[in-house]
Amino acid sequence: MSKKYDAGVKEYRDTYWTPDYVPLDTDILACFKCTGQEGVPREEVAAAVAAESSTGTWSTVWSELLTDLEFYKGRAYRIEDVPADPESFYAFVAYPLDLFEEGSVTNVLTSLVGNVFGFKALRHLRLEDIRFPLAFIKTCMGPPNGIAVERDRMNKYGRPLLGCTIKPKLGLSGKNYGRVVYECLRGGLDFTKDDENINSQPFQRWQDRFDFVAEAVRTAEQETGERKGHYLNCTAATPEDMYARAEHAKALGMPIIMHDYLTGGFTANTGLAKWCRRNGMLLHIHRAMHAVIDRHPKHGIHFRVLAKCLRLSGGDHLHTGTVVGKLEGDRQTTLGFIDQLRESYVPEDRTRGNFFDQDWASMPGVFAVASGGIHVWHMPALVTIFGDDSVLQFGGGTHGHPWGSAAGAAANRVALEACVKARNAGRELEKESRDILTEAAKSSPELAIALDTWKEIKFEFDTVDKLDL
Amino acid sequence: MPFSSVVDYQTVATLETFGFLPAMTQEEIYEQIAYVIAQGWTPCIEHVHPSASMRNYWSLWKLPFFGEAELGAIVAELEACHRAYPDHHVRLTGYDAYTQTQGTAFVVFEGRA
Repeated sequence: MSKKYDAGVKEYRDTYWTPDYVPLDTDILACFKCTGQEGVPREEVAAAVAAESSTGTWSTVWSELLTDLEFYKGRAYRIEDVPADPESFYAFVAYPLDLFEEGSVTNVLTSLVGNVFGFKALRHLRLEDIRFPLAFIKTCMGPPNGIAVERDRMNKYGRPLLGCTIKPKLGLSGKNYGRVVYECLRGGLDFTKDDENINSQPFQRWQDRFDFVAEAVRTAEQETGERKGHYLNCTAATPEDMYARAEHAKALGMPIIMHDYLTGGFTANTGLAKWCRRNGMLLHIHRAMHAVIDRHPKHGIHFRVLAKCLRLSGGDHLHTGTVVGKLEGDRQTTLGFIDQLRESYVPEDRTRGNFFDQDWASMPGVFAVASGGIHVWHMPALVTIFGDDSVLQFGGGTHGHPWGSAAGAAANRVALEACVKARNAGRELEKESRDILTEAAKSSPELAIALDTWKEIKFEFDTVDKLDL
Repeated sequence: MPFSSVVDYQTVATLETFGFLPAMTQEEIYEQIAYVIAQGWTPCIEHVHPSASMRNYWSLWKLPFFGEAELGAIVAELEACHRAYPDHHVRLTGYDAYTQTQGTAFVVFEGRA
């Protein structure tokens, strides 16, 4: 006998709170930090989140009897206290794989962080982590190239890569802009970067920039004998414009392009990543708008989720903050999500903010990019925190050198190599940072001046979003 | 700012990792080789005439030294390669079989152009 239709409103927990459920290996699992309205029981809040992010509607509807909602529904299966926070709790929700389109990060997010975030029974809601099952991961292409391929193509081994954003970020003509690129690259950087704000404005149209930058890259390669690149920002108003820019970068023989994945959107990003795989192009990913989404400790989406989503959508580099520079980010949390970018398996570890075991299977790794308010004095800490599979980017810390960008670049390269050499020789970088840098400066007047210029600059503010421990 | 205090930066041709540091002493080179061995990487020696240094493939000296954990043995091979090709750049690479790329690579002897 089939089910009977019983019109009306049921409590969510009758259907969507299933504490006995054992999640399947193929389920997508999510951990939400929930802060309900006063008086609403935790189980009801958790069940509401599961319902509204999967099959549920506020009222029973007749058409749901045409399908088997027991098969399709999301299930809240566990509730945990948030340490030192009595008003919030963690709700764990399991979603059956069939709720989602293969290879679509867009589709996963539309469900998991859709309408539910405006739900009135909640004061705040934050998506802390997602466990993607292998069955979903294998439907995503992921990074177009990955860390190993990029190292081989760019001939960079045994050290972090070194980059810098061209400044001022707005207002330079194409030719003047290319000049700054050339100065940085001839001074010893591996990469320079378009600022994310640079697309194709009236003061500098994209093709003009691409053409001048290509000459700067080629000339620097010829003169230094090293491989160089510039992240040509292909972010545009439409996908058609984006692809036109990517094609031109390829025609110029450039090794790498760039995209802003949150403002551009996941669909555009996944499309561009696939283009990069087909065309042998590296892809640098910027993350403008992330702090709007991830900074509030009780509402939004944690960056570890956005980082996981980027690895699935595709990118070879992703900005992660610096821990030590001018932008928000605590050390353990950052280590937690750079693991998600680079490792093939990341175990659950609450001290790093990772709520689930995450198997990445054969998906290539993503370089962690540390950029924002860093200078030579930070180098020992950066090499320690980020390790070799990172790109360290010094903007003001390159162009702000009293002798110009080329000398600033050389100072950074000397400092980086001195740190790597010392680390390999068994020295403790953070403890001996002053000695290591001072020794290196004896043979590099560029580094000596840089150390003197930035000796007092620190960014010591408390982190707004801390791990709940 | 008085321009008399600004130093003109001259572009230098370099050979990637450690290219911006002064030539390493023998002891410092030994430390770096020991690091390659300690990481579990396979040491390997390559050489090339300086005019071709931007190629991906330099000539292999013998074979990668699979399973070699003796610092002295690697040093002896580096010196033998340098004696055989005194004009060539000689670099040490460390093959990382797990990541399927090189864990490091740096030039030990610079050739003469």
